[in-house]
Amino acid sequence: MLDGILMLLVLLNLFSLGSTRISASIRVVAYQGAAIGLVPLFLRGKIPGTMLLGIVFVTLLVKAVLLPGFLRYAQKRVNVRREEKTFVGVSTSILCGVAALGVAFFISSRLPLPFATASPFIVPVALSVSLTGSFIIISRAQALSQVIGYLILENGIYLFGIALFLEQPLLVELGMLLDVFVGVFVMGITIFHINREFEHTDTSRLSGLADWLPEERSLE
Amino acid sequence: MNIVYPLLNVLIALLAAPLMAGIINRVKAFFAGRKGPSLLQLYFDIGKLLRKGAVYSRTTGVFFRLGPPVGLAAVFMALFFIPWGAYPAVLFFPGDLVLFVYLLGTQRFFMILAALDTGSSFEGMGAGRDAQFSVLSEAVLFLCLAVMSAASGSVSLNGMLCSAGGKIWQVSPPVLIVVVFVLYIILLVENYRVPFDDPNTHLELTMIHEVMALDHGGADLAMINYASALKFWILAALPAGLLFPYALNPDFPGNALLFFGIIAATAVLTGIVESGMARLRLLKVPQLLTAAAALSLVALIFLAK
Repeated sequence: MLDGILMLLVLLNLFSLGSTRISASIRVVAYQGAAIGLVPLFLRGKIPGTMLLGIVFVTLLVKAVLLPGFLRYAQKRVNVRREEKTFVGVSTSILCGVAALGVAFFISSRLPLPFATASPFIVPVALSVSLTGSFIIISRAQALSQVIGYLILENGIYLFGIALFLEQPLLVELGMLLDVFVGVFVMGITIFHINREFEHTDTSRLSGLADWLPEERSLE
Repeated sequence: MNIVYPLLNVLIALLAAPLMAGIINRVKAFFAGRKGPSLLQLYFDIGKLLRKGAVYSRTTGVFFRLGPPVGLAAVFMALFFIPWGAYPAVLFFPGDLVLFVYLLGTQRFFMILAALDTGSSFEGMGAGRDAQFSVLSEAVLFLCLAVMSAASGSVSLNGMLCSAGGKIWQVSPPVLIVVVFVLYIILLVENYRVPFDDPNTHLELTMIHEVMALDHGGADLAMINYASALKFWILAALPAGLLFPYALNPDFPGNALLFFGIIAATAVLTGIVESGMARLRLLKVPQLLTAAAALSLVALIFLAK
Protein backbone atom coordinates (compact mmCIF):
# COMPACT_ATOMS: atom_id res chain seq x y z
CA MET A 1 0.00 0.00 0.00
CA LEU A 2 2.80 2.38 0.96
CA ASP A 3 4.61 1.42 -2.22
CA GLY A 4 1.47 2.25 -4.17
CA ILE A 5 1.32 5.73 -2.62
CA LEU A 6 5.01 6.31 -3.37
CA MET A 7 4.51 5.20 -6.97
CA LEU A 8 1.55 7.56 -7.19
CA LEU A 9 3.75 10.41 -5.94
CA VAL A 10 6.26 9.76 -8.70
CA LEU A 11 3.52 9.64 -11.34
CA LEU A 12 2.10 12.92 -10.05
CA ASN A 13 5.63 14.35 -10.36
CA LEU A 14 5.71 13.39 -14.01
CA PHE A 15 2.24 14.77 -14.52
CA SER A 16 3.21 18.13 -13.02
CA LEU A 17 6.22 18.23 -15.33
CA GLY A 18 4.02 17.43 -18.30
CA SER A 19 1.26 19.94 -17.71
CA THR A 20 1.53 23.57 -18.65
CA ARG A 21 -1.91 24.53 -17.39
CA ILE A 22 -1.64 26.23 -14.02
CA SER A 23 -4.96 24.89 -12.71
CA ALA A 24 -3.91 21.32 -13.55
CA SER A 25 -0.60 21.86 -11.73
CA ILE A 26 -2.42 23.18 -8.68
CA ARG A 27 -4.62 20.09 -8.69
CA VAL A 28 -1.54 17.87 -8.93
CA VAL A 29 0.01 19.62 -5.94
CA ALA A 30 -3.20 19.08 -3.99
CA TYR A 31 -3.28 15.35 -4.82
CA GLN A 32 0.38 15.05 -3.99
CA GLY A 33 -0.16 16.79 -0.67
CA ALA A 34 -3.06 14.44 0.11
CA ALA A 35 -0.99 11.37 -0.78
CA ILE A 36 1.92 12.54 1.35
CA GLY A 37 -0.42 13.41 4.18
CA LEU A 38 -1.58 9.78 4.30
CA VAL A 39 1.96 8.36 4.45
CA PRO A 40 2.32 8.53 8.29
CA LEU A 41 -0.59 6.09 8.63
CA PHE A 42 1.52 3.39 7.03
CA LEU A 43 4.64 3.88 9.12
CA ARG A 44 5.36 1.73 12.10
CA GLY A 45 6.18 4.54 14.49
CA LYS A 46 6.09 4.67 18.25
CA ILE A 47 3.76 7.62 18.48
CA PRO A 48 0.27 7.27 19.96
CA GLY A 49 -2.72 6.91 17.66
CA THR A 50 -4.45 10.19 18.45
CA MET A 51 -1.32 12.21 17.78
CA LEU A 52 -0.78 10.33 14.51
CA LEU A 53 -4.32 11.14 13.43
CA GLY A 54 -3.71 14.74 14.44
CA ILE A 55 -0.62 14.94 12.24
CA VAL A 56 -2.45 13.39 9.31
CA PHE A 57 -5.36 15.76 9.77
CA VAL A 58 -3.21 18.90 9.98
CA THR A 59 -1.07 17.86 7.01
CA LEU A 60 -4.10 17.09 4.86
CA LEU A 61 -5.73 20.36 5.86
CA VAL A 62 -2.69 22.47 5.01
CA LYS A 63 -1.28 20.60 2.04
CA ALA A 64 -4.41 19.40 0.28
CA VAL A 65 -6.95 22.08 1.14
CA LEU A 66 -5.51 25.41 2.31
CA LEU A 67 -2.45 25.79 0.08
CA PRO A 68 -4.10 24.66 -3.18
CA GLY A 69 -7.16 26.74 -2.32
CA PHE A 70 -5.01 29.78 -1.79
CA LEU A 71 -3.09 29.14 -5.01
CA ARG A 72 -6.35 28.87 -6.92
CA TYR A 73 -7.47 32.15 -5.40
CA ALA A 74 -4.17 33.78 -6.42
CA GLN A 75 -4.52 32.34 -9.91
CA LYS A 76 -7.97 33.87 -10.27
CA ARG A 77 -6.72 37.24 -9.09
CA VAL A 78 -3.70 37.21 -11.40
CA ASN A 79 -5.66 35.59 -14.21
CA VAL A 80 -2.93 33.34 -15.59
CA ARG A 81 -4.28 30.22 -17.28
CA ARG A 82 -1.22 28.49 -18.61
CA GLU A 83 2.54 28.60 -18.89
CA GLU A 84 3.02 30.11 -22.32
CA LYS A 85 6.71 29.50 -22.80
CA THR A 86 8.64 27.08 -20.65
CA PHE A 87 12.43 27.15 -20.84
CA VAL A 88 12.42 23.38 -21.32
CA GLY A 89 9.92 21.59 -23.55
CA VAL A 90 7.25 19.28 -22.18
CA SER A 91 8.75 16.00 -23.41
CA THR A 92 12.22 16.99 -22.26
CA SER A 93 10.85 17.98 -18.87
CA ILE A 94 9.23 14.57 -18.43
CA LEU A 95 12.42 12.79 -19.42
CA CYS A 96 14.37 15.03 -17.01
CA GLY A 97 11.91 13.93 -14.31
CA VAL A 98 12.70 10.28 -15.08
CA ALA A 99 16.42 11.09 -15.02
CA ALA A 100 15.93 12.80 -11.65
CA LEU A 101 14.24 9.63 -10.38
CA GLY A 102 17.21 7.58 -11.57
CA VAL A 103 19.63 9.96 -9.86
CA ALA A 104 17.54 9.84 -6.69
CA PHE A 105 17.62 6.04 -6.66
CA PHE A 106 21.37 6.09 -7.25
CA ILE A 107 22.02 8.60 -4.47
CA SER A 108 19.80 6.77 -2.02
CA SER A 109 21.64 3.52 -2.73
CA ARG A 110 24.84 5.28 -1.62
CA LEU A 111 23.20 6.85 1.39
CA PRO A 112 23.65 4.71 4.50
CA LEU A 113 20.75 5.19 6.89
CA PRO A 114 21.14 4.51 10.59
CA PHE A 115 17.90 2.47 10.69
CA ALA A 116 15.55 0.71 8.30
CA THR A 117 12.75 2.69 6.70
CA ALA A 118 9.23 1.39 6.23
CA SER A 119 9.77 1.02 2.50
CA PRO A 120 13.01 0.92 0.48
CA PHE A 121 11.44 3.43 -1.93
CA ILE A 122 10.67 6.16 0.55
CA VAL A 123 14.04 7.94 0.49
CA PRO A 124 14.54 7.87 -3.31
CA VAL A 125 10.97 9.02 -3.90
CA ALA A 126 11.40 11.88 -1.42
CA LEU A 127 14.61 12.90 -3.19
CA SER A 128 12.99 12.70 -6.62
CA VAL A 129 10.00 14.79 -5.51
CA SER A 130 12.41 17.44 -4.22
CA LEU A 131 14.46 17.34 -7.42
CA THR A 132 11.30 17.68 -9.51
CA GLY A 133 10.24 20.69 -7.47
CA SER A 134 13.61 22.35 -8.02
CA PHE A 135 13.42 21.56 -11.72
CA ILE A 136 10.00 23.20 -12.00
CA ILE A 137 11.30 26.29 -10.21
CA ILE A 138 14.19 26.51 -12.68
CA SER A 139 12.32 25.71 -15.87
CA ARG A 140 9.11 27.73 -15.57
CA ALA A 141 8.76 31.44 -16.16
CA GLN A 142 5.42 32.16 -14.49
CA ALA A 143 5.69 33.19 -10.85
CA LEU A 144 2.75 30.92 -9.92
CA SER A 145 4.45 27.89 -11.47
CA GLN A 146 7.50 28.66 -9.40
CA VAL A 147 5.42 28.72 -6.24
CA ILE A 148 4.00 25.34 -7.30
CA GLY A 149 7.54 24.06 -7.79
CA TYR A 150 8.41 25.31 -4.33
CA LEU A 151 5.44 23.43 -2.87
CA ILE A 152 6.48 20.21 -4.63
CA LEU A 153 10.00 20.70 -3.31
CA GLU A 154 8.56 21.12 0.18
CA ASN A 155 6.44 17.98 -0.28
CA GLY A 156 9.65 16.06 -0.91
CA ILE A 157 11.35 17.47 2.16
CA TYR A 158 8.29 16.71 4.27
CA LEU A 159 8.17 13.11 3.01
CA PHE A 160 11.85 12.72 3.83
CA GLY A 161 11.36 14.10 7.31
CA ILE A 162 8.23 12.15 8.14
CA ALA A 163 9.75 8.92 6.86
CA LEU A 164 12.94 9.15 8.86
CA PHE A 165 12.14 11.11 11.95
CA LEU A 166 8.62 10.21 12.92
CA GLU A 167 9.87 9.43 16.41
CA GLN A 168 11.59 12.78 16.68
CA PRO A 169 9.77 15.88 17.90
CA LEU A 170 7.00 16.66 15.49
CA LEU A 171 6.95 20.28 16.44
CA VAL A 172 9.70 20.81 13.87
CA GLU A 173 7.47 19.40 11.16
CA LEU A 174 4.47 21.41 12.22
CA GLY A 175 6.58 24.55 12.42
CA MET A 176 7.81 23.88 8.91
CA LEU A 177 4.24 23.53 7.67
CA LEU A 178 3.44 26.90 9.18
CA ASP A 179 6.52 28.43 7.54
CA VAL A 180 5.49 27.12 4.16
CA PHE A 181 1.96 28.35 4.62
CA VAL A 182 3.14 31.83 5.46
CA GLY A 183 5.69 31.67 2.65
CA VAL A 184 3.10 30.80 0.04
CA PHE A 185 0.79 33.43 1.47
CA VAL A 186 3.45 36.11 1.06
CA MET A 187 4.35 34.86 -2.42
CA GLY A 188 0.70 34.97 -3.43
CA ILE A 189 0.34 38.56 -2.28
CA THR A 190 3.60 39.53 -3.97
CA ILE A 191 2.52 37.91 -7.22
CA PHE A 192 -0.73 39.80 -7.07
CA HIS A 193 1.07 43.08 -6.57
CA ILE A 194 3.62 42.37 -9.31
CA ASN A 195 0.71 41.58 -11.60
CA ARG A 196 -1.03 44.84 -10.75
CA GLU A 197 2.11 46.85 -11.44
CA PHE A 198 3.34 45.13 -14.58
CA GLU A 199 0.26 43.36 -16.00
CA HIS A 200 2.10 40.02 -16.10
CA THR A 201 3.94 37.64 -13.77
CA ASP A 202 6.63 36.43 -16.14
CA THR A 203 9.73 36.23 -14.00
CA SER A 204 12.08 35.94 -16.95
CA ARG A 205 11.41 39.60 -17.62
CA LEU A 206 12.39 40.64 -14.12
CA SER A 207 16.01 40.84 -15.28
CA GLY A 208 14.98 43.84 -17.35
CA LEU A 209 14.23 45.74 -14.17
CA ALA A 210 16.69 48.56 -13.46
CA ASP A 211 16.77 52.11 -12.16
CA TRP A 212 17.66 53.37 -15.58
CA LEU A 213 16.29 52.07 -18.84
CA PRO A 214 18.75 51.43 -21.66
CA GLU A 215 17.59 52.88 -24.97
CA GLU A 216 16.99 49.54 -26.66
CA ARG A 217 14.84 48.28 -23.78
CA SER A 218 12.62 51.29 -23.48
CA LEU A 219 10.24 49.92 -26.10
CA GLU A 220 9.25 46.90 -23.98
CA MET B 1 1.02 -29.72 -21.85
CA ASN B 2 -1.23 -30.81 -24.59
CA ILE B 3 -0.74 -28.88 -27.84
CA VAL B 4 -4.46 -29.07 -28.61
CA TYR B 5 -5.54 -26.36 -26.18
CA PRO B 6 -3.05 -23.71 -27.38
CA LEU B 7 -4.01 -24.42 -30.99
CA LEU B 8 -7.67 -24.28 -30.06
CA ASN B 9 -7.07 -20.85 -28.54
CA VAL B 10 -5.39 -19.61 -31.72
CA LEU B 11 -8.46 -20.84 -33.59
CA ILE B 12 -10.73 -18.92 -31.22
CA ALA B 13 -8.65 -15.80 -31.81
CA LEU B 14 -8.88 -16.22 -35.57
CA LEU B 15 -12.64 -16.61 -35.39
CA ALA B 16 -13.46 -14.06 -32.69
CA ALA B 17 -11.07 -11.20 -33.50
CA PRO B 18 -13.42 -9.33 -35.88
CA LEU B 19 -16.10 -9.45 -33.18
CA MET B 20 -14.07 -6.94 -31.11
CA ALA B 21 -14.43 -4.24 -33.76
CA GLY B 22 -18.17 -4.88 -33.63
CA ILE B 23 -18.18 -4.51 -29.83
CA ILE B 24 -16.25 -1.21 -30.02
CA ASN B 25 -18.67 0.18 -32.58
CA ARG B 26 -21.71 -0.94 -30.60
CA VAL B 27 -20.37 0.72 -27.43
CA LYS B 28 -19.71 3.91 -29.35
CA ALA B 29 -23.20 3.77 -30.86
CA PHE B 30 -24.68 3.25 -27.39
CA PHE B 31 -22.98 6.39 -26.07
CA ALA B 32 -24.01 8.37 -29.11
CA GLY B 33 -27.62 7.24 -28.69
CA ARG B 34 -27.66 5.31 -31.96
CA LYS B 35 -28.61 1.72 -32.55
CA GLY B 36 -25.32 0.97 -34.26
CA PRO B 37 -24.22 -1.67 -36.74
CA SER B 38 -24.50 -5.36 -36.07
CA LEU B 39 -21.88 -6.96 -33.85
CA LEU B 40 -20.95 -9.15 -36.81
CA GLN B 41 -20.57 -6.23 -39.22
CA LEU B 42 -16.85 -6.77 -39.82
CA TYR B 43 -17.51 -10.43 -40.75
CA PHE B 44 -20.09 -9.26 -43.32
CA ASP B 45 -17.67 -6.62 -44.64
CA ILE B 46 -14.83 -9.09 -44.99
CA GLY B 47 -17.14 -11.63 -46.64
CA LYS B 48 -18.38 -9.04 -49.09
CA LEU B 49 -14.88 -7.79 -49.91
CA LEU B 50 -13.62 -11.33 -50.50
CA ARG B 51 -16.22 -11.80 -53.23
CA LYS B 52 -15.12 -8.62 -54.98
CA GLY B 53 -12.32 -8.13 -57.44
CA ALA B 54 -9.58 -5.56 -56.94
CA VAL B 55 -8.51 -2.72 -59.18
CA TYR B 56 -4.79 -1.98 -59.37
CA SER B 57 -3.49 1.38 -60.48
CA ARG B 58 -0.84 1.34 -63.20
CA THR B 59 1.54 3.36 -60.98
CA THR B 60 1.60 0.65 -58.33
CA GLY B 61 4.24 -2.05 -58.28
CA VAL B 62 4.82 -5.34 -56.59
CA PHE B 63 4.90 -3.94 -53.02
CA PHE B 64 1.36 -2.70 -53.30
CA ARG B 65 0.16 -6.26 -53.91
CA LEU B 66 2.59 -7.72 -51.39
CA GLY B 67 1.59 -5.45 -48.51
CA PRO B 68 -1.73 -6.95 -47.37
CA PRO B 69 -0.82 -10.67 -47.54
CA VAL B 70 2.59 -10.20 -45.90
CA GLY B 71 1.00 -8.03 -43.22
CA LEU B 72 -1.66 -10.63 -42.52
CA ALA B 73 0.92 -13.41 -42.46
CA ALA B 74 3.11 -11.51 -39.97
CA VAL B 75 0.21 -10.85 -37.61
CA PHE B 76 -0.93 -14.46 -38.01
CA MET B 77 2.51 -15.65 -36.92
CA ALA B 78 2.57 -13.29 -33.97
CA LEU B 79 -0.59 -15.00 -32.71
CA PHE B 80 1.34 -18.20 -32.06
CA PHE B 81 3.66 -16.54 -29.54
CA ILE B 82 0.97 -15.28 -27.20
CA PRO B 83 -0.09 -17.41 -24.25
CA TRP B 84 -3.84 -17.50 -23.77
CA GLY B 85 -4.67 -17.17 -20.14
CA ALA B 86 -3.72 -20.36 -18.35
CA TYR B 87 -2.67 -22.09 -21.58
CA PRO B 88 0.89 -21.67 -22.88
CA ALA B 89 1.66 -20.26 -26.29
CA VAL B 90 1.95 -22.62 -29.26
CA LEU B 91 5.55 -21.57 -29.88
CA PHE B 92 7.94 -20.18 -27.33
CA PHE B 93 11.67 -19.91 -26.80
CA PRO B 94 13.90 -17.54 -24.80
CA GLY B 95 13.93 -14.15 -26.48
CA ASP B 96 10.80 -14.71 -28.57
CA LEU B 97 9.53 -11.30 -27.48
CA VAL B 98 11.95 -9.64 -29.92
CA LEU B 99 10.58 -11.76 -32.75
CA PHE B 100 7.06 -10.96 -31.58
CA VAL B 101 7.63 -7.20 -31.66
CA TYR B 102 9.34 -7.39 -35.04
CA LEU B 103 6.56 -9.48 -36.52
CA LEU B 104 4.24 -6.62 -35.67
CA GLY B 105 6.89 -4.27 -37.07
CA THR B 106 6.99 -6.27 -40.32
CA GLN B 107 3.27 -5.88 -40.75
CA ARG B 108 3.57 -2.14 -40.32
CA PHE B 109 6.60 -1.92 -42.59
CA PHE B 110 4.81 -3.65 -45.44
CA MET B 111 1.71 -1.52 -44.95
CA ILE B 112 3.92 1.57 -45.20
CA LEU B 113 5.64 0.22 -48.33
CA ALA B 114 2.29 -0.53 -49.94
CA ALA B 115 1.07 2.95 -49.13
CA LEU B 116 4.20 4.59 -50.54
CA ASP B 117 3.97 2.39 -53.62
CA THR B 118 0.73 4.03 -54.72
CA GLY B 119 2.65 7.25 -55.42
CA SER B 120 -0.13 9.27 -53.80
CA SER B 121 1.18 12.12 -51.67
CA PHE B 122 -1.82 11.66 -49.42
CA GLU B 123 -0.91 8.07 -48.61
CA GLY B 124 2.73 9.04 -48.25
CA MET B 125 1.72 11.49 -45.55
CA GLY B 126 -0.16 8.79 -43.63
CA ALA B 127 2.78 6.43 -44.05
CA GLY B 128 5.18 9.07 -42.72
CA ARG B 129 3.05 9.66 -39.63
CA ASP B 130 2.66 5.96 -39.07
CA ALA B 131 6.43 5.50 -39.22
CA GLN B 132 7.01 8.40 -36.86
CA PHE B 133 4.59 7.16 -34.20
CA SER B 134 5.68 3.56 -34.52
CA VAL B 135 9.30 4.48 -33.72
CA LEU B 136 8.08 5.79 -30.38
CA SER B 137 5.46 3.17 -29.63
CA GLU B 138 7.83 0.30 -30.38
CA ALA B 139 10.36 1.68 -27.90
CA VAL B 140 7.62 1.95 -25.29
CA LEU B 141 6.50 -1.62 -26.01
CA PHE B 142 10.05 -2.87 -25.53
CA LEU B 143 10.33 -0.97 -22.25
CA CYS B 144 7.11 -2.60 -21.05
CA LEU B 145 8.37 -6.02 -22.05
CA ALA B 146 11.61 -5.26 -20.20
CA VAL B 147 9.65 -4.45 -17.05
CA MET B 148 7.61 -7.64 -17.38
CA SER B 149 10.77 -9.60 -18.01
CA ALA B 150 12.47 -8.11 -14.94
CA ALA B 151 9.41 -8.87 -12.84
CA SER B 152 9.06 -12.47 -13.96
CA GLY B 153 12.71 -13.33 -14.57
CA SER B 154 11.90 -14.74 -17.98
CA VAL B 155 12.75 -13.53 -21.49
CA SER B 156 9.92 -15.25 -23.29
CA LEU B 157 6.35 -14.01 -23.62
CA ASN B 158 5.17 -17.38 -22.40
CA GLY B 159 7.28 -17.17 -19.26
CA MET B 160 6.19 -13.60 -18.56
CA LEU B 161 2.49 -14.09 -18.98
CA CYS B 162 1.85 -17.74 -18.37
CA SER B 163 4.21 -19.98 -16.46
CA ALA B 164 5.51 -17.33 -14.06
CA GLY B 165 1.87 -17.23 -13.09
CA GLY B 166 0.72 -15.45 -9.99
CA LYS B 167 4.30 -14.82 -8.90
CA ILE B 168 4.57 -11.75 -11.11
CA TRP B 169 1.93 -9.98 -9.03
CA GLN B 170 3.79 -10.63 -5.80
CA VAL B 171 6.79 -8.66 -7.03
CA SER B 172 5.19 -5.24 -7.00
CA PRO B 173 1.49 -4.65 -7.73
CA PRO B 174 1.76 -0.85 -8.29
CA VAL B 175 4.46 -1.38 -10.92
CA LEU B 176 2.32 -3.90 -12.76
CA ILE B 177 -0.72 -1.63 -12.70
CA VAL B 178 1.42 1.01 -14.41
CA VAL B 179 2.58 -1.55 -16.97
CA VAL B 180 -0.99 -2.62 -17.74
CA PHE B 181 -1.89 1.04 -18.24
CA VAL B 182 1.04 1.64 -20.59
CA LEU B 183 0.24 -1.55 -22.51
CA TYR B 184 -3.26 -0.21 -22.99
CA ILE B 185 -1.85 3.06 -24.37
CA ILE B 186 0.26 0.99 -26.78
CA LEU B 187 -2.87 -0.90 -27.80
CA LEU B 188 -4.53 2.40 -28.67
CA VAL B 189 -1.56 3.71 -30.68
CA GLU B 190 -0.85 0.51 -32.55
CA ASN B 191 -4.49 0.03 -33.48
CA TYR B 192 -4.94 3.66 -34.48
CA ARG B 193 -7.67 4.21 -31.91
CA VAL B 194 -8.96 7.55 -30.76
CA PRO B 195 -6.54 9.66 -28.83
CA PHE B 196 -4.05 8.97 -31.62
CA ASP B 197 -6.08 8.49 -34.76
CA ASP B 198 -9.79 8.51 -35.46
CA PRO B 199 -10.97 5.39 -37.29
CA ASN B 200 -14.08 7.25 -38.46
CA THR B 201 -12.38 10.04 -40.37
CA HIS B 202 -12.15 8.89 -43.91
CA LEU B 203 -10.65 11.45 -46.26
CA GLU B 204 -9.38 13.84 -43.68
CA LEU B 205 -5.89 15.22 -43.43
CA THR B 206 -5.49 13.93 -39.91
CA MET B 207 -5.91 10.25 -40.51
CA ILE B 208 -3.17 7.67 -40.45
CA HIS B 209 -4.35 4.11 -40.85
CA GLU B 210 -7.41 4.73 -43.02
CA VAL B 211 -5.44 6.78 -45.51
CA MET B 212 -2.95 3.98 -46.01
CA ALA B 213 -5.71 1.58 -46.98
CA LEU B 214 -7.45 4.02 -49.33
CA ASP B 215 -6.24 2.51 -52.61
CA HIS B 216 -6.70 -1.10 -51.57
CA GLY B 217 -9.85 -2.92 -52.58
CA GLY B 218 -11.44 -6.34 -52.65
CA ALA B 219 -9.50 -9.17 -51.05
CA ASP B 220 -6.59 -6.83 -50.23
CA LEU B 221 -8.81 -4.61 -48.12
CA ALA B 222 -10.35 -7.66 -46.49
CA MET B 223 -6.87 -8.84 -45.52
CA ILE B 224 -5.96 -5.43 -44.11
CA ASN B 225 -9.16 -5.26 -42.06
CA TYR B 226 -8.72 -8.79 -40.80
CA ALA B 227 -5.07 -8.13 -39.89
CA SER B 228 -6.13 -5.03 -37.95
CA ALA B 229 -8.71 -7.05 -36.03
CA LEU B 230 -6.11 -9.71 -35.21
CA LYS B 231 -3.66 -7.02 -34.12
CA PHE B 232 -6.21 -5.62 -31.69
CA TRP B 233 -6.71 -9.09 -30.25
CA ILE B 234 -2.96 -9.69 -29.93
CA LEU B 235 -2.22 -6.40 -28.21
CA ALA B 236 -5.24 -6.80 -25.94
CA ALA B 237 -3.94 -10.24 -24.99
CA LEU B 238 -0.79 -8.74 -23.42
CA PRO B 239 -2.52 -6.70 -20.66
CA ALA B 240 -5.19 -9.41 -20.42
CA GLY B 241 -2.45 -11.96 -19.77
CA LEU B 242 -1.09 -9.79 -16.96
CA LEU B 243 -4.52 -9.32 -15.42
CA PHE B 244 -5.56 -12.95 -15.74
CA PRO B 245 -6.10 -14.54 -12.36
CA TYR B 246 -3.60 -17.37 -12.38
CA ALA B 247 -4.78 -18.74 -9.08
CA LEU B 248 -7.35 -20.64 -11.13
CA ASN B 249 -6.68 -24.21 -11.95
CA PRO B 250 -5.34 -24.56 -15.53
CA ASP B 251 -7.83 -27.38 -16.03
CA PHE B 252 -10.74 -25.16 -15.12
CA PRO B 253 -13.00 -25.25 -18.22
CA GLY B 254 -14.04 -21.60 -17.97
CA ASN B 255 -10.46 -20.33 -18.47
CA ALA B 256 -10.76 -19.70 -22.20
CA LEU B 257 -14.10 -18.00 -21.65
CA LEU B 258 -12.65 -15.79 -18.90
CA PHE B 259 -9.75 -14.74 -21.10
CA PHE B 260 -12.17 -13.98 -23.89
CA GLY B 261 -14.17 -11.92 -21.41
CA ILE B 262 -11.13 -9.83 -20.46
CA ILE B 263 -10.38 -9.10 -24.12
CA ALA B 264 -14.01 -8.20 -24.76
CA ALA B 265 -13.85 -5.91 -21.71
CA THR B 266 -10.79 -4.24 -23.28
CA ALA B 267 -12.86 -3.65 -26.41
CA VAL B 268 -15.70 -2.16 -24.34
CA LEU B 269 -13.20 0.09 -22.54
CA THR B 270 -11.82 1.22 -25.89
CA GLY B 271 -15.33 2.08 -27.03
CA ILE B 272 -15.87 4.12 -23.86
CA VAL B 273 -12.52 5.91 -24.24
CA GLU B 274 -13.37 6.65 -27.83
CA SER B 275 -16.78 8.07 -26.91
CA GLY B 276 -15.37 10.22 -24.16
CA MET B 277 -12.23 11.62 -25.74
CA ALA B 278 -11.34 13.72 -28.72
CA ARG B 279 -8.42 12.91 -30.97
CA LEU B 280 -5.18 14.56 -29.90
CA ARG B 281 -3.48 17.13 -32.04
CA LEU B 282 -0.79 15.39 -34.07
CA LEU B 283 1.90 17.46 -32.36
CA LYS B 284 0.72 16.19 -28.97
CA VAL B 285 0.99 12.50 -29.89
CA PRO B 286 4.79 12.26 -29.46
CA GLN B 287 4.43 14.02 -26.10
CA LEU B 288 1.91 11.45 -24.89
CA LEU B 289 4.12 8.61 -26.12
CA THR B 290 7.09 10.16 -24.33
CA ALA B 291 4.99 10.26 -21.19
CA ALA B 292 4.13 6.58 -21.69
CA ALA B 293 7.83 5.81 -22.11
CA ALA B 294 8.55 7.77 -18.93
CA LEU B 295 5.91 5.73 -17.07
CA SER B 296 7.45 2.44 -18.12
CA LEU B 297 10.92 3.76 -17.24
CA VAL B 298 9.65 4.64 -13.77
CA ALA B 299 8.23 1.12 -13.47
CA LEU B 300 11.60 -0.29 -14.52
CA ILE B 301 13.49 1.85 -12.00
CA PHE B 302 11.14 0.78 -9.22
CA LEU B 303 11.66 -2.87 -10.14
CA ALA B 304 15.43 -2.59 -10.44
CA LYS B 305 15.70 -1.39 -6.85
